[in-house]
Amino acid sequence: MMDFINFHLMPGIILGSIYALGGIGISMTFGILRFANFAHGETMTLGAYFAFTLIQLTGWHPIAVLPFAMILTAVVALGIDRVFYKPFRARPAIMLVIASFGMMLMIRSAIQFSWGVQLKSLMPGIQRPYILFDALRISPKHMLIIGSALVLMLAVHVLLSRTKIGKAMRAMADSPELARLTGIDTEMVIRATWVVGASLAAAAGVLLAIDTHVETMMGFKLLLPVFAAAILGGIGRPYGAMAGGLIIGIAEELSSYAWIGNEPLLAPGYKAGVAFAIMVAMLIWRPSGLFRGKVF
Amino acid sequence: MDQAYGIFLYIISLLTMGGIYAILALGLNIQFGFTGLFNAGIAGFFVVGAYVSAILTTAPSARHLGGYELPVVVGLVAAMVVSGAIGWIVGRVCIRLRADYLAIATIGIAEILRLILKNETWATNGARGVSMVPKPFETLPEPWNQLGLMALVLSIVAVLYFLLERARTAPWGRVMSAIRENEPAARAAGKNVEAFRIQAFVTGCAVMGLAGGLTAHYLKFIDPNAAEPVTATFLVFVMLIIGGSGNNKGAILGAMLIWTVWSATELVTSRILPDDWAIRSAYMRVFLIGLVLQIVLQRFPGGILPERRLRVAKDKKRYN
Repeated sequence: MMDFINFHLMPGIILGSIYALGGIGISMTFGILRFANFAHGETMTLGAYFAFTLIQLTGWHPIAVLPFAMILTAVVALGIDRVFYKPFRARPAIMLVIASFGMMLMIRSAIQFSWGVQLKSLMPGIQRPYILFDALRISPKHMLIIGSALVLMLAVHVLLSRTKIGKAMRAMADSPELARLTGIDTEMVIRATWVVGASLAAAAGVLLAIDTHVETMMGFKLLLPVFAAAILGGIGRPYGAMAGGLIIGIAEELSSYAWIGNEPLLAPGYKAGVAFAIMVAMLIWRPSGLFRGKVF
Repeated sequence: MDQAYGIFLYIISLLTMGGIYAILALGLNIQFGFTGLFNAGIAGFFVVGAYVSAILTTAPSARHLGGYELPVVVGLVAAMVVSGAIGWIVGRVCIRLRADYLAIATIGIAEILRLILKNETWATNGARGVSMVPKPFETLPEPWNQLGLMALVLSIVAVLYFLLERARTAPWGRVMSAIRENEPAARAAGKNVEAFRIQAFVTGCAVMGLAGGLTAHYLKFIDPNAAEPVTATFLVFVMLIIGGSGNNKGAILGAMLIWTVWSATELVTSRILPDDWAIRSAYMRVFLIGLVLQIVLQRFPGGILPERRLRVAKDKKRYN
């Protein structure tokens, strides 16, 4: 029983909170800008590399540089939107999908060019896990990841429910035409969406890098589960993306638990397939997701 | 003389691989150019075709499934059937949703296929891949063996071009562009939009499987990472869009042009630059081709050979 919690449920929650942070951004850009942003995974990678360089420069703790990595990534995302996505606002959304597909490779190759492809670590050394109640094992870095993710999700909640811009974002995700009619500055909302989406993506990248390491393909590996989280929660539904992320993360880790007999239910090599299976199931039976999001 | 012969062989390999990319670009043109379907998993359909054809035609080996030693033609047809069948399943799931969902699902299926090919070592020899795949004309003396394969690939390109041009100008092709341009109107005219879209998607996937099969026979070897999946997929998109999306001539021209630039820059940078810079310049190359695509998308969305609108038959008679 404790093995189940320590080696399957806990890693699932940790992975799930990282997916949740990534999922919010992809769900909001899909809901507000109306296109599937393929470059979102690479935005996460970029955040992790910014954090790596900031740590090299300052010698601070990864959590201390996290806000600065988030700001830098948000600035880059705003720049990319201005130069590469804005010209397509009035054109068919498929153009934006291609542009973001190209952007995914451009960001990745720029990272490979500037930082190289060797694995890097944000927190070197091995940490001994805390042992709570004699049996529950949790390492300090995992508490850090779950804690930071909770703080960030709470911040998103306050932003969306208490601030004017947050309400405008939700209004525009619901209906862009209606939002424009009520006098909402749509370009302003789009910029806010990029800032929120990209900074949360950067945070997801940094937290994943704290758990594992920094590498150039880390964001691409997150892309599919994060899309699955956004679709599971419902496109344009940030709370849905949080729930979706947690469900996908936990489902991935629980899939390799020995539910029947002593063999893992699903060979660990196929873990990445779980998110895809959940996504396909949603697309067949309930494309609007758990929280009744948009279907295009 | 030796150098001239080297260049001659290089041009043959350029035309062979360029021809295979032209087949991929023609396949994508059916999906994206004619119908507006976004397939982000080209590499997946390609690699499945490669494995199917390789396993069916290779001599027995203890390391992987196979030993059927069937003729190459059978392998290629089976490659088309299997890739098309996978395309049909994916299409059934998301063809009724907007192109974005299809893009997400196809990039997913490409990843899953790669996982299967990597993990099911009993069938595919895992990451080490399938080798000793038979190559058509390999018993001929050099350079005739290379020339023979090039001729085979280029004649497949020609046949495909002929068939797709017929399809494009036939009522089928006109329904396709109607769906792409104005779906409600096509629906109102009584066209079964889903069925037409699935037909286009499956045909495109089968053509991509054929290109995969040809590559396995050409290289005599295939592994799950034969092509870096996303870069390969992206390259085909760049070829089609720069050549002219919706135009079959444009697809072939774009493939030949971009493949020549891609392969020649690799050759040049690996010869003149020191090793670590050669590796770095490979990333720069991906970045630059991405930038070129962005510029073409924004400034010249039609590509080099823009799509030619079909004139109504009545007009043709009057003006020609």
